[in-house]
Amino acid sequence: MKSAVIVFPASNCSRDAQVALEKITGRSVDMVWHEETTLPKVDFVVVPGGFSYGDYLRSGAIAARSPIVQDLVRKANNGLPVAGFCNGFQVLTESGLLPGALMRNKGLRFVCRPQKLNIVNKDTMFTAAYTHQDTITVPIAHFDGNYYADSTTLSKLKKNNQIVFTYEGNPNGSANDIAGITNEAGNVLGMMPHPERAIDPVHGGTDGLKLFRSVLESLR
Amino acid sequence: MSAKIKITPEVVAEHGLSIAEYDLICQRLEREPNINELGIFSVMWSEHCSYKSSRRHLGKLLTKGERVIQGPGENAGVIDIDDGDVIIFKMESHNHPSYIEPYQGAATGVGGIMRDVFTMGARPIANLNALRFGDPSHPKTKTLVAGVVHGIGGYGNCVGVPTVGGETNFDKGYNGNILVNAMCVGLAREDKVFYSAAKGVGNPIFYVGSKTGRDGIHGATMASAEFDDDSDAKRPTVQVGDPFTEKLLIEACLELMATDAIIAIQDMGAAGLTSSAIEMADKGGVGIHMNLDKVPQREPDMTPYEMMLSESQERMLMVLQPGKEQIAIDIFNKWDLDVAEVGKTTDTGRLVLTHKKKKVCDIPIAPLADDAPNLDRPYSKPVKRDVLENDPIFDPVKRGSDYNSVLKTLLSCPDIASKRWIWEQYDRTVMGDTMDSSQSGGDAAIVRIHGTNKAIAITTDCTPRYCTADPFEGGKQAVVETWRNLTCTGATPIAITDCLNFGNPEREDIMGQFVYAIEGMNEACRALDYPVVSGNVSLYNETNGKAIPPTPAIGGVGLIKDILKHATITGAKEGNTLILIGDTAGWMGSSLYAQFILGHNQPNSPIYAPPPVDLDAEKLNGDYVRRLIHDRRVNAVHDLSDGGLALTALEMAFSNGLGIALNAAKDIPTYAWLFGEDQGRYLLCVDQYSVNPVVSTAHTLGIAAQIVGKVGGERVSAVGGFDLSLNDAHMVYENWLPDYMAS
Repeated sequence: MKSAVIVFPASNCSRDAQVALEKITGRSVDMVWHEETTLPKVDFVVVPGGFSYGDYLRSGAIAARSPIVQDLVRKANNGLPVAGFCNGFQVLTESGLLPGALMRNKGLRFVCRPQKLNIVNKDTMFTAAYTHQDTITVPIAHFDGNYYADSTTLSKLKKNNQIVFTYEGNPNGSANDIAGITNEAGNVLGMMPHPERAIDPVHGGTDGLKLFRSVLESLR
Repeated sequence: MSAKIKITPEVVAEHGLSIAEYDLICQRLEREPNINELGIFSVMWSEHCSYKSSRRHLGKLLTKGERVIQGPGENAGVIDIDDGDVIIFKMESHNHPSYIEPYQGAATGVGGIMRDVFTMGARPIANLNALRFGDPSHPKTKTLVAGVVHGIGGYGNCVGVPTVGGETNFDKGYNGNILVNAMCVGLAREDKVFYSAAKGVGNPIFYVGSKTGRDGIHGATMASAEFDDDSDAKRPTVQVGDPFTEKLLIEACLELMATDAIIAIQDMGAAGLTSSAIEMADKGGVGIHMNLDKVPQREPDMTPYEMMLSESQERMLMVLQPGKEQIAIDIFNKWDLDVAEVGKTTDTGRLVLTHKKKKVCDIPIAPLADDAPNLDRPYSKPVKRDVLENDPIFDPVKRGSDYNSVLKTLLSCPDIASKRWIWEQYDRTVMGDTMDSSQSGGDAAIVRIHGTNKAIAITTDCTPRYCTADPFEGGKQAVVETWRNLTCTGATPIAITDCLNFGNPEREDIMGQFVYAIEGMNEACRALDYPVVSGNVSLYNETNGKAIPPTPAIGGVGLIKDILKHATITGAKEGNTLILIGDTAGWMGSSLYAQFILGHNQPNSPIYAPPPVDLDAEKLNGDYVRRLIHDRRVNAVHDLSDGGLALTALEMAFSNGLGIALNAAKDIPTYAWLFGEDQGRYLLCVDQYSVNPVVSTAHTLGIAAQIVGKVGGERVSAVGGFDLSLNDAHMVYENWLPDYMAS
């Protein structure tokens, strides 16, 4: 599997995503600068966490209008697998690839902690490898993770099995405890937690690995 | 202000200069200075920049060691961690700005210390902070806690550097003057360390980063004066930070550093363009000529005075190799940062500034830096305190209370209670190398060196109540406790940075605190071969004549050569045995028990001698514990500090989610056994089969070691003392701070 990570100014987690992808794929990862207009030919793209453009205006809003994201949107709509973690999730909602929005945490504080998640849907290209697990623990670290969508969208998400992860103990006020969703076609995932920070025993857990493995296996 | 302003005695006084200092300036210039020159002298000779009260004393400290590559005198200290890797680190205060404007004050403190580190070629890999707030009941405390924590998180999180550790105290002594000490640790290659000495003549001087605005003018002078009731009016002198620009600046600088374009580089911190230009020129023995019209400016019509004294954030000054200018311009353009050639190095030894085709400053550089006042302030020897003898009346039962209540009081006292409310607001896991952080409640953070199997342990520590009682012992203890904290991870302690926060040095008793604290620190540094490589002095921490407790905050760094051979506070298993290393005499003077149970924290109550540190025992015990960790004899470790054995054991229980049963006291009263704060002690958690080897080897080496209890179950208890459910005790520990912040 050939993969790429998009790098915006202050994409602080681009290296973390790169390390995770290299570990799983055994191949080098294309790091794509935000000013590029075309993605390289890859099978999977990660939009990493961080504070793209300083999170000015709204988290992910400026990044969603960068040259590279226009190409990303086009290709994702044609089926290219894409995952956005944390700020990446915000970029994906801002770009319209995923429904809803991420608002300031209910507690009005940044929150960083190991977070237990329920795997709600294992029939996705991002979760298929979690066969014997119903919950995982991965870090969260965000200020704007409070997922919001109107009730029609929320019921649609549920009906289409687009809700992939929910929080066990809601840390940020997200509607229906939503931590991660896919688009309707199932090739675009957005989630606030950081699976790329749970891939090594020194992280205190490796629950994030299978997410990347799921993508790898689904593309074989 | 224009160069036409007449220099009157009032203008001189407004610049914080004494008449004698002004005379000296005139003598060195052989004429009266103009306003720009006066401003430049005033910031360079401020306490903050010149260390005029502290220099001669700092010179006594141990600063050399086998692994020291660069000691004090540069932007940060540099130590060798093998394989061509170096760690660059420093801790710095941002006390006055944080009191006036907590969010921006703390945020720019974090930004400033990171710039000190990446200026030298290092990628920042960890931030820590040592915070001291006033009494929780003081009306400003809650707002200050919220603002400072938000500011530290707001900056560090956005820049993408994990905030992995630190400490927080609350004490009425900080009511009018909180302490915000930020530490940054960076990683570089030994052959890619950058220094600030400008070299050569005719080399281009480049300004990069943000534009210069009118913020922070005279911040360094503010940091060198006491506060009074009008301090809020000083808010405009607080700088405003932009972490996004800082992140871009880090990436752009590191990218340029990978080329061979840079001769010297220096961040613009306190005293901004003035201090960076002068330090670079002075260290390199060259002159500097700058054209201020070229300085990127945020606002129109800025005067030379404003440009030179602005403390706008996220700016750097560098001397480039001639012919490599375009490389720098391209890189900074790529990162959307300002870049401008503002001058050249010269052979005149003078700082010459021109503005709108006029010369607005022409002063010799040496007097500004090297010949800055070096005062020998009078000081008095601190009062010798009595030793608090144990007394049956100290027993909780005799006081009409019981051990359970006493334990709950201590668990919820501000110095002990969980600081989760604080550290959950810091991203501790970004960069993917954090192995242990504040989250565990352990002694030191552990950060892996990216792509290797080695790691560094990092900690900050200081016990202000010990320093108040005895600055010498307190200074010694602060250094030793960081050494002990690092040892608890299995790391070999290498070096420290110090952030020395004291009151007004013009008072003999305060100067005495400073001098004796340094003496104590130095004794510990030398005994442990644990040098100081960087630091900062913050004096005048007073409001309305009331000084803060002497607070020499120490940041320590150690090396873990093999990450498989490390330990933390977690890792205890059901049925494990608890072994106490080190002697317990039951020292109660200046203990938390004395403060919160015996009422010694009340105004006008007597102050007793703090626990003395026996440096020989300290080294012997620590080296043994480290060896046990390397031999994998230990499942979990925690050093004994605030609250003694009981609180140490409980913190271990909380961290592991397992109960603990402590044995009865032998030979000393139960309260002294459980809550005494004797130094040089560690609590080890070991498997049954390791108990005998661990204890008997200790005895062979002449180290006190005894079995003190067991791990397991769902209660925390001590024979003859307390007995609580683990969950109840944990809730008491966890709830204090969030309840306080919500109240």
